[in-house]
Amino acid sequence: MAFDYDKWIRPGKLPHIWCPGCGHGIVMKGLIRALDSLQLKKENTAIVSGIGCASRLPGYMDCCTLHTAHGRAAAFATGVKMAKPEMNVILVGGDGDGTAIGGNHFIHACRRNIDMTYIIMNNYIYGMTGGQFSPATPTGHKASTTPYGNPDPAFDIAKLAIGAGATFVARGTAYHAAQLDKLIAEAIQHKGFSVVEILDDCPTTYGRRNKYKSVVEMMNRLKEVAVPVKAAEKMTAEQLQGKVLTGVLYKEERAEYTAEYAKVIERAQAAK
Amino acid sequence: MSKKVAFLQGNEAAALGGIYAGCNFFGGYPITPSTEVAEVMSVELPKVGGKFIQMEDEIGAMAAILGASLAGSKVMTSTSGPGLSLKQELIGYGCIAEIPCVVYNVMRGGPSTGMPTGPSQSDVMCAKWGTHGDHPAICLTPASVQETYEEVIRAFNLSEKYRTPVMVMPDEIVAHMRERIVFPEPGEIEVIPRKTPTVEPAQYKPYDTSYGDVPPLAAFGSGYKFHVTGLNKLPDGFPTTKAEYVQAEEERQVRKVDANADDIIQFEEYMLDDAEIAVVAYGSTSRSARYAVNIAREQGIKAGMFRIKTFWPFPDKQIKALAQKVKGFIVPEMNLGMCSIEVERCAQGKAVILGINRVDGEPVNPDQILEKMKEVK
Repeated sequence: MAFDYDKWIRPGKLPHIWCPGCGHGIVMKGLIRALDSLQLKKENTAIVSGIGCASRLPGYMDCCTLHTAHGRAAAFATGVKMAKPEMNVILVGGDGDGTAIGGNHFIHACRRNIDMTYIIMNNYIYGMTGGQFSPATPTGHKASTTPYGNPDPAFDIAKLAIGAGATFVARGTAYHAAQLDKLIAEAIQHKGFSVVEILDDCPTTYGRRNKYKSVVEMMNRLKEVAVPVKAAEKMTAEQLQGKVLTGVLYKEERAEYTAEYAKVIERAQAAK
Repeated sequence: MSKKVAFLQGNEAAALGGIYAGCNFFGGYPITPSTEVAEVMSVELPKVGGKFIQMEDEIGAMAAILGASLAGSKVMTSTSGPGLSLKQELIGYGCIAEIPCVVYNVMRGGPSTGMPTGPSQSDVMCAKWGTHGDHPAICLTPASVQETYEEVIRAFNLSEKYRTPVMVMPDEIVAHMRERIVFPEPGEIEVIPRKTPTVEPAQYKPYDTSYGDVPPLAAFGSGYKFHVTGLNKLPDGFPTTKAEYVQAEEERQVRKVDANADDIIQFEEYMLDDAEIAVVAYGSTSRSARYAVNIAREQGIKAGMFRIKTFWPFPDKQIKALAQKVKGFIVPEMNLGMCSIEVERCAQGKAVILGINRVDGEPVNPDQILEKMKEVK
């Protein structure tokens, strides 16, 4: 199907700030295709972010857009959604913003199961500040603050979301662009807190420190490590060593927060 | 019809004042000694169709009210010292993005965990200087349960009128003492609504200064699409680093409050007409000060009180004028000298300034103030 990209891009706001080879633009196009295929109303859609390269995405989108403070997207968005449950609320941001400084808001949004979709662009690094390690940087890898190799273990963001109570968790990659719109669309349609982790690349601050010779090489890595969940079912533990599962990883139906709060209002008013 | 009366705590009055003002979203987090506000809100808000959420932390509560305010709600949070410190970054966000909200902070001993159940007045500087960068500040310091109710309403009005966060800062004594309160009838106290745009959505700019220093604010989900950021921004809400815009925007944000100081500043002058000694007090300390002034007058001492209701913007003009006619100021406060710095700034050396400073968790008592009056020569 043909997608109307122009409809969703805010007039006059391109070019974007992202470096050549960065995957964030691929994710934004995936998001646009999802929004377009769902035919959401722009004025009824809020896109909320924190701070960082990925968090600049809302500014390019012709919706109600909120570029908040570092790590706080989920908490601001919770206020928006509680105030206007009829709005579609989509969060975007990076791995550092979402799982370090914003980690608490992230897990609690998962726990509440409030009907919002969180797209986490995981490029394993704090890009905007010049390449410091994040909670997603693999152990041993180089960053500007891990010159001798990262001593920290990394979060598995999708697992973190499942453990915290998100009721829809998917993973895609910037290489598998065609899959992104479907994953994001399904996440938006899910009633509850949905998380889409998208493995991304940062050639400027991560790739060059970790011996990737080119963007193509970084993209190829995403292609090689990704294994669709269906395919993984037929693979041995040995074959899955070093691989990352992609697709819809988890889905359950559970009471949604704003609907539950509507019941609180009913109970309070009945008791009045 | 006689008015409804009740015997309430300051914190309970604050919550009910918020509801009178039309608060329909409250983001809370438990902290002594302000938790009762959240508790009352959790009971009362859903009854009027409003929403209460207990967030995961102080920062989250502040973020949630800012988000809800942008979606058109009238919003409030409550906290105390350590929570106020945590909220500061986002109070700054509210200032730069110009989002109306009310932050109710009960002053307890500090710094850090300090004395959670003890009274203090040591957050008043934090109300103005707590968040980084130049920004407007409005802070109200009520002295009774009735006044707490009314000042919360006024805080909502000021925050909507000037499109900026407003703080209400009772000390722990005012927040926890119980007094008789007479509720105003609906409509008796003016409730100022948010100025919303009249232009078509396509023409709307959230920081369009052609409407004056306080541009109209649309709500998300009301048909208007716009961008909000914590970066320095252009009239359309998009980031800029262009010097002329940044300078003008920063100045406007501060000016919209400072230039309207006369509209915002409220105070009480008590027996000041012929006073040689002016006690400058606020919050519960003003109750000791009033008592001390009454005793002093009985003893023939010409003392009066200037009671600060609006701490920020500070009543510069009034203190400056007083400094011309009194011999000295006595500034009793439950901190090591915060209001006295401002009084000194305004007095410009024209009168002696004597502080009475307690940080031991006990109120300044009238005897201390009377004793200090002897030092004014």
